[in-house]
Amino acid sequence: MPDIVAKAQLSPNVTRLDVVAPRIAQIRQPGQFVIVHRADGAERIPLTIADADVRAGTIALVIQSVGKSTQELVALEPGEAIADIAGPLGNPTELIVSGRALCIGGGVGTAVVHPIAQGLHRRGVGVLSIIGGRSKEWVIFEAELGRLGEVNVCTDDGSYGRHGFVTDAAKDALSAGGIDIVYAVGPVPMMRAVVNLTKPLGVRTIVSLNPVMVDGTGMCGGCRVGVGGQTLFACVDGPEFDGHQVDFDLLMDRLSTYREFEQQALARCKDGICKIGLK
Amino acid sequence: MTEQEPLVRNANFEEVNLGLPEKVALLEAERCLLCKDPKCITGCPVGVNIPRFIELLSQGNLSEAAHCLLNDNALPAVTGRVCPQETQCEIECIRGNKGLPVAIGYLERYVGDWVRGHSSQQTLQLAAPSGRKVAVVGSGPGGLTAAGQLARCGHDVTVYEALHKPGGVLVYGIPEFRLPKKIVQEEVARLQQAGVKIVCNTVIGRTYTLPELREQFDAIFIANGAGLPVFMNVPGENFKGVYSANEYLTRVNLMAAYQFPRADTPVLKGQCIATVGGGNVAMDSARTAKRLGAESSMIVYRRTRKEMPARAEEVHHADEEGIQFEFLVAPVEVLGNEKKWVTGLKCVRMQLGEPDASGRARPIAIPGSEFVLPCDVVVVAVGTRANPLLTATCPDLKLNKWGNIVVDDQGMTSLPGVFAGGDIVRGAATVILAMGDGKRAAKAMDAYLRSAPLARSRTG
Repeated sequence: MPDIVAKAQLSPNVTRLDVVAPRIAQIRQPGQFVIVHRADGAERIPLTIADADVRAGTIALVIQSVGKSTQELVALEPGEAIADIAGPLGNPTELIVSGRALCIGGGVGTAVVHPIAQGLHRRGVGVLSIIGGRSKEWVIFEAELGRLGEVNVCTDDGSYGRHGFVTDAAKDALSAGGIDIVYAVGPVPMMRAVVNLTKPLGVRTIVSLNPVMVDGTGMCGGCRVGVGGQTLFACVDGPEFDGHQVDFDLLMDRLSTYREFEQQALARCKDGICKIGLK
Repeated sequence: MTEQEPLVRNANFEEVNLGLPEKVALLEAERCLLCKDPKCITGCPVGVNIPRFIELLSQGNLSEAAHCLLNDNALPAVTGRVCPQETQCEIECIRGNKGLPVAIGYLERYVGDWVRGHSSQQTLQLAAPSGRKVAVVGSGPGGLTAAGQLARCGHDVTVYEALHKPGGVLVYGIPEFRLPKKIVQEEVARLQQAGVKIVCNTVIGRTYTLPELREQFDAIFIANGAGLPVFMNVPGENFKGVYSANEYLTRVNLMAAYQFPRADTPVLKGQCIATVGGGNVAMDSARTAKRLGAESSMIVYRRTRKEMPARAEEVHHADEEGIQFEFLVAPVEVLGNEKKWVTGLKCVRMQLGEPDASGRARPIAIPGSEFVLPCDVVVVAVGTRANPLLTATCPDLKLNKWGNIVVDDQGMTSLPGVFAGGDIVRGAATVILAMGDGKRAAKAMDAYLRSAPLARSRTG
């Protein structure tokens, strides 16, 4: 079972777990994810591989705890293990080979942008990152992205960096020119707003989609997304797509399928019935 | 066979068939005429020596009967439950000319279950280690069968499974009420005792490519199934409440969604479920829906009862459990409300025309016959296609136009030492056909391994 070797709280609800998975660490590419199954009876959830250390044989999982499954995952401590991790899954990011890229990360999406920026940097592509959060304590991966290029931070309340949304900063960066491609990962409304900015400018924009998944290998078709009028499976055809072609309304809607169940599970968890809480 | 009462069982996930009592099994075994030229064997995809095991059973010699059966069929407790015997062995039975054929499936299950209770008496006889390493991709019925045969031949076998539990379709697809998961676990444990290594969470095509496996192993058997669901391609198919049968059954079987919230994975239960399709997977879905508490669960099929590819027993059980059948009906649109939840299926009535390529009458839409079937969950069980993950990593592997792997009559692909079988070759078929492929390929692989120079030493 993959052991957890390190744990860090990155923001009030985002946790980083470094987990032993040597094969995945060795071959993972930007944009790829793993399916994590904490224990018998737990859900299978897709998580982007935010970073990897080939020598230590570990991968970094960055988890936003929003529901019962993610809460139980981040309650694990170093020395404990996750039952199952399968991957790397999904197609690697389409990376440009020269020029300048704008990487936009909102909230936990910043962790998904990080390996993309790593890949670009490795190829000699200039990276400008624009990342954001509600306030200073919600900004993650600033130092890591800072090692790969310039970083502009935005906060909704102005407590750190620029006061405003990442899209405001992105607008300025785009109008300054010289951006060959945009990678945007974050909440659906953020990705949609970025796409609305870049579409009229004709700047290619890659977004990473996070629909509900079960197996992650193409078997269930639960992760259906609309791209260019076609239905595709995010797990085998994505998870990254041309943002100008993505049906964000469909993504938003399908993400709400299990909301009632999630609330029920969470309420049970808060009542102390959930397994981890009993420890 | 004794069964749980229909109106009791359609509210639980316990097994429907309860097995034959000993006395009945022995009496039924005596009905076998022990034909000199047994036609039943030719009807069996794995060639079980049916008269022989039944004769040993009728003599009360369970240990020998089990030995005989296991020699031909690695998973008798599984096939005794899920094989379409009525179109394979039993249809060939001479007894069937006048009255009922011998209940070969029930007897196979009886002996298979005896094995489960007496595993210590049935250890696999293993040949001396051959020094050859073999990889099996997929731990479904085809992969497990091949793994067992190859281990018996003395080869060092590693099975790779993409999911977190071994068993493939036996675990994620076929419901507990038809095939208890405990049986699959026992069969897997028996293989592990014989030295077969099973590695889960490993997606060939992602975690390792096929060329990488070829460097590590002397021969490979690909049995990764037809793991890509086909949808109807009608408007509204992405509304909330439309599932592929794969997703619906995986949530309930593999992830135990019927136990939510004790298990974490949810499934939309719905009051009125429409399952589209007429195969075993459609029956499994419709019967699962009933057990999850649906008031009504219906099968929507574009041909008639006669053309349904499902096992006769599954259709019979579905009938008994109160599943409704809408025959000669084809969906043209999924309807939804303003919040994009499913509210119904818009359908057309069909009539049967001339036989098509499959030999079945071709359904033709009757113009102007549109009507609406109200429902709140739709399960699409109209088939699966080949999963491209593995084949995409190996462009040299010859595929047909549907993406299925092409094999010769020995089960070997266009790549030397790489064999394939089951749904990835056939498209969606049955457990027993996959097992037949596994058995045949294992025999050919053994011959290949004993004659060919080591592939590994060639590639260094």
